Amino acid sequence: MSAESPLEIHDLTVAYHRKPVLWGVDLVVPAGQLIGIIGPNGAGKSTLIKACMGLLPVQSGWVKLFGQPFNKVATRVGYVPQRESVDWDFPVSVMDVVLMGRYGRLGLLRRPGKADRDLARSCLEKVQLLPYANRQIANLSGGQQQRVFLARALAQQADLYFMDEPFSGVDAATEAAIIAVLRELRDQGRTLLVVHHDLPTARQYFDRLLLLNMNVVAFGPTADVYTPELLQRTYGGRLTILSEVAQALGAQEPPR
Amino acid sequence: MTSLIPPYDAHAVWVAPWTEQLSLYGWIAAMGFAVAAACGLVGNYLMLRRMALMGDAVSHSVLPGLVVAFLVSGSRSTGPMFVGALAAGAAATLIIETIHTRTRVKQDAAIGIAFSTLFALGVILTVAFAGQIDLDAECVLYGEISFVPLEPMVTLGGWTLGPEPFVRMAAVAVGVGVMILVWYKELLVSSFDPGLARSLGINPALLHYGLMATLSIVVVSAFEAVGAILVIAMLILPGSTASMLTTRLPKVHLLSLLHAALSSVLGVSLGIWLNCSMAAAMVVAGAVLFGLAWLASPSQGLVARWWHGRRRESVEQPAPGVGV
Repeated sequence: MSAESPLEIHDLTVAYHRKPVLWGVDLVVPAGQLIGIIGPNGAGKSTLIKACMGLLPVQSGWVKLFGQPFNKVATRVGYVPQRESVDWDFPVSVMDVVLMGRYGRLGLLRRPGKADRDLARSCLEKVQLLPYANRQIANLSGGQQQRVFLARALAQQADLYFMDEPFSGVDAATEAAIIAVLRELRDQGRTLLVVHHDLPTARQYFDRLLLLNMNVVAFGPTADVYTPELLQRTYGGRLTILSEVAQALGAQEPPR
Repeated sequence: MTSLIPPYDAHAVWVAPWTEQLSLYGWIAAMGFAVAAACGLVGNYLMLRRMALMGDAVSHSVLPGLVVAFLVSGSRSTGPMFVGALAAGAAATLIIETIHTRTRVKQDAAIGIAFSTLFALGVILTVAFAGQIDLDAECVLYGEISFVPLEPMVTLGGWTLGPEPFVRMAAVAVGVGVMILVWYKELLVSSFDPGLARSLGINPALLHYGLMATLSIVVVSAFEAVGAILVIAMLILPGSTASMLTTRLPKVHLLSLLHAALSSVLGVSLGIWLNCSMAAAMVVAGAVLFGLAWLASPSQGLVARWWHGRRRESVEQPAPGVGV
């Protein structure tokens, strides 16, 4: 482990069709942390992690991973895209998808070998999908598809992970299984940045939170930044609905 | 009815082309297979990437490329024609990319704009320089696969490889096969999940343009044999049929090759029986195979669905609408 921060962002601005989505983002992420990225829809959460991996053109500023540009350290970075971003009718098996996580370490012309398959199997075991290894990916539930992506990320054996809403559309059991795996990765000293949209669970799950709404509203230990004022600033007017619900629940008087 | 459907002579349709007339129909079937194999393999990736209509775009844009190449070089020899058609294919790809990334027009509409405009340009050029160009509209549309056996034979070290267009097409097909073997991983991951591919250090844009260049080469080589329209069927039918029968990419490729072989052989027989364009008959044969696969597919087939539906009814337990 180098002393370099796994992720350092300086004055990052990203725009779609000249409309800025993120501006002036500055961030230094400490290693070995499980970090939640939260913010309203359109806050640029997905944009931020895509920009970190060079998937989007950057207007200004820079991103360094382990002190280097992304291309130099690509094999140390793992990625879990949104489940909806791929075609689940694609003619591949669960095993094939998990093995894709190994491609970054295989050179040209090299096929995944026995060691890669064994590793893929152990990753599937961790997300409780080993019995499904030879299934066509279309024949999986949403939660299972999400766990396939997680197994693939495990197979990447990265030091830094970007995950785009890994909890979206999964059942409670899957959510518990996923968070257990994320914590295990964190305990191994890896750094995880997870886009998340559920505020109550964000508080339990993450060591640190990045509150994002086009720029960084706050970044720090969850206990410090999970405050009504900062959340209000992140979500703007939209949080009033949430806080009304919370107050109603607190008064043991569910709305309606 | 005899006037509509020619008399059916089993010997002439099924036996003669592969025995006494093999030197004629054998090469036509071989050419059909080479075209459909090369097209089918490239087409599999077009379909996986939801870009099936890019074949349309490239095949139609070939026409102005051919005309311009002819006007510039003043000859109809293969070299300049090939370069012209390739350049036109590249231009079509670039125009589509530019329109769909720089404006709000989506890719399908951009394809519609690019290929029809380029084809129209080709038509205007053909008419404007009609005195100088000997381009047969029928050839542009349907190709001239029946003329393949009449082309000069290519020999290498005493071995007769076959008529020149077939040798060229076969080389292209083998080239496509080798490319898929070499870049199998990269093509797979960038087609399935471009974001992951990029994060793995693979450049999806480079692969995209490589695939488009390959598509142009394949379409241009196939153009003379099957024309601008039928080549689209050759790109899409083998893979569509294969995906009815399997859910693994390597098997999709193998079944596409089988489809290519069957449709070219059956197409020759059909073409002899109906006395029609061989290329069109091959496409119809391929479409019939697609229909059969749709009927008989174990997972998505009409027969299998009907059978499961009937069994479900007999158990008298209408299953709740939960996905598999």
